[in-house]
Amino acid sequence: MSTGTQVEVVMPQMGVSVSEGTVTRWLKQPGDAVALDETLLEISTDKVDTEIPSPGAGVLAEVRVQEGETVEVGTVLAVIAPEGSAVAEPKPEPEPSPEPTPAPAAPAAAAPQPPPVEAMPAATRLPPSPSPQAEPAGNGRTFISPVVARIAAEHGVDPGGIPGTGQGGRVTKKDILQFIETGAAAPGEAPAAQVPSPAPEPAAQTPPAAPGPVDEVPAAVAPPETAPPQEPEARPAPAQPAVAAPVAQGLAPASQVPDEQPLATGESAEPMNAMRRGIAEHMRRSLDTSAHVTSAIEVDMSRVVATRDRLKKEYQSSYGVNPTYLAFVTKAAVETLKDWPWVNGEIRGEKIVTRPYVNVGVAVSLEDGKGLIVPVIKNAQDLNLLGVARSIADIAERARTKKLMPDDVQGGTFTITNPGGYGTFHGTPIISQPQAAILGTYALVKRPWVVQDELGQDVIAIRPLMNLTLTYDHRLVDGAYAGSFLRDLKTRLEGWDEG
Amino acid sequence: MATQEKTYLQAISDGLRQEMRRDQRVFCLGEDVGVYGGAFKVTQGFQEEFGASRVLDMPLSETAIVAGATGAALMGMRPVAEMQFADFVSCAWDHLVTVAAKQRYRAGTPVPIVLRLPSGGGFSGGPFHSQNPESSFAHIPGLKVVCPATPEDAKGLLATSIEDPNPVLYFEHKHLYRRIKGPVPEERYTTPFGKARVHREGDDLTVITWGAMVYTADEAAAKLADEGVEVEVLDLRTLIPWDREAVLESVARCSKALVLHEDTKTGGFGAEIAATIAEEAFEQLDAPVRRIAAPDSPVPFAPSLEKAFIPQVDDVAAALRELAAY
Repeated sequence: MSTGTQVEVVMPQMGVSVSEGTVTRWLKQPGDAVALDETLLEISTDKVDTEIPSPGAGVLAEVRVQEGETVEVGTVLAVIAPEGSAVAEPKPEPEPSPEPTPAPAAPAAAAPQPPPVEAMPAATRLPPSPSPQAEPAGNGRTFISPVVARIAAEHGVDPGGIPGTGQGGRVTKKDILQFIETGAAAPGEAPAAQVPSPAPEPAAQTPPAAPGPVDEVPAAVAPPETAPPQEPEARPAPAQPAVAAPVAQGLAPASQVPDEQPLATGESAEPMNAMRRGIAEHMRRSLDTSAHVTSAIEVDMSRVVATRDRLKKEYQSSYGVNPTYLAFVTKAAVETLKDWPWVNGEIRGEKIVTRPYVNVGVAVSLEDGKGLIVPVIKNAQDLNLLGVARSIADIAERARTKKLMPDDVQGGTFTITNPGGYGTFHGTPIISQPQAAILGTYALVKRPWVVQDELGQDVIAIRPLMNLTLTYDHRLVDGAYAGSFLRDLKTRLEGWDEG
Repeated sequence: MATQEKTYLQAISDGLRQEMRRDQRVFCLGEDVGVYGGAFKVTQGFQEEFGASRVLDMPLSETAIVAGATGAALMGMRPVAEMQFADFVSCAWDHLVTVAAKQRYRAGTPVPIVLRLPSGGGFSGGPFHSQNPESSFAHIPGLKVVCPATPEDAKGLLATSIEDPNPVLYFEHKHLYRRIKGPVPEERYTTPFGKARVHREGDDLTVITWGAMVYTADEAAAKLADEGVEVEVLDLRTLIPWDREAVLESVARCSKALVLHEDTKTGGFGAEIAATIAEEAFEQLDAPVRRIAAPDSPVPFAPSLEKAFIPQVDDVAAALRELAAY
């Protein structure tokens, strides 16, 4: 079949920890002419959704992976034949190739967009990074070692629901022992698979310090940091079998509702995409990991509103950037974090990690309202208000047009979520692991507010008020510490004097 | 028990002298062991003390040395034969493997001989004077294989070897001779075969090794300790018999194991240990068993190449880091 000039389109490596991707849409059909770099299809991975450009010009001769199928990195997705070649006619009966062709040794070489190596701060590269990758281990894609399998069986634990610290996010013996020791799972029950996420299961869940209701806003879904990029040369044979899509769907991640229950009349079902699976796993894992507590504060935004009104025209005409309230809050939060480093820190094993920089993740919901992504503004402490506003606009735009690279969503140290655009005035977001806190910003509303007039008398005035919440990991951040952070943030915003 | 700080070589020498003073059946033979005191001076002064009839200078024939020792043993003696270098025991393969190893099985007569085998590299001895051929003999039923790492074990295991009614290959590592010192009891004592020694305690990773590599493993483990990983170093001390229980117990605890030896990799004794772990401790494993050994090549002469050939501390540390991160 090979004419020697055919070009294969392979599932690209979209980041060091990404091992598979799902074909979401073919933009070309067999027989269609394609130009070099013309978009052929869209794929979805745990980390990002993206478009795949054609690696060659000619005719789409063969589509080997259909929409909805999940295949390993390196799998041949399609074949591009030179124009006018005999294979242009799509075969009526395409060769049944249910198993994806195993990748040649270096799939990345064929990938159209190898992710750029990013100069990450040293701290995020330390080998024993406790942050496992987003990939849910429970669906069979991650190797379960014999000892972990045995311990899991003995304790009735699903390893898929355990955060892994081993190579590629693998659940190590220590991980599972620690999981069991901390009482995260009760013996004899298969916890992760059956615990409905918000229900306060009396059995075994580690009780959060302040067990509020689980927030309706799954704010921070930053796919956490990837596993360390170091790849030992003597790596044992990969234990991941080539999983075709139906199999992958069948082995559902732990947090997924078991699908034995048949559909009732009127119900309909759709498969979870990779992003939803990632969100589900991450939300559950975050609640299992951190002791979530939320504190809220009301901020009089009068000065920010005045400053924004003043800057708006200049920013838009000179720079094409809108100085949003989110930009103001982000700028103020980044400055305030300098004084309260644990809010920008992380519990890593037995250590508390802090850093002199802030990589701030900003939650961006996708256009269809299904799913969101948390691109990261690196070194936000170096940006002025204009830089922050511009960065937010840039990542939001790229998130919505699926132009983010995997590295754009990694390395966050603190997250801001902004559900206030919908008018909500309070929420308890979930921390993006392994971070220590997430800031929520809410609707700016005019309220009657007690202020002092020039004579020192209390009067009621109309002021633009914004609620801010800080949801923090109470294991690391105490209430007084969080309150101090919020107080300083409030002071900074209420006394805004820049520009 | 009174102890004295001794080198590994001195411990062997004093141990052998103690055995010869204690038991008239014990005598030694080998090339230049008498007048010259041995190539490495293990038997220096022996001929003066015990006479030429108990410290025999032999012709340049390992065949004659092993065959003569075998015959003497059959007649009730306890010969301790020195190969000038372990490498040359291959000359005596037939007498050792075909006769001595099988005599007791065939005829019921024990062959209590000890072959002292100065082995190992690290000093540019080249391909004929640096080998660690222990695995070749560990494969032969009827032979025992001993590889002491410390001065105390060198003396105690030599006494046990001489007492043992079977042919014992006693591998003494040349690179440890004068480099390694340690406390050695003055009195006579025996160190049991088949009992591993915990050289360093740890709960994260197990290194199983013997001979000079015990020290390489220990240095690598010290580096890992600085990084927060506690490595257990098990010194097997004897390969035949070897302490399976100790290895399996340590693996059950740590779940990650590395087997380290200076001998070449293919068919090395580490393969036997790794296979046993896989067979009997599979459900305890949290990572593949790693082996670090010399590459399958003769021992190079050039110092730089020899260094690349013999496992170094950094090689072991790197492999341990990978295992820890796995």
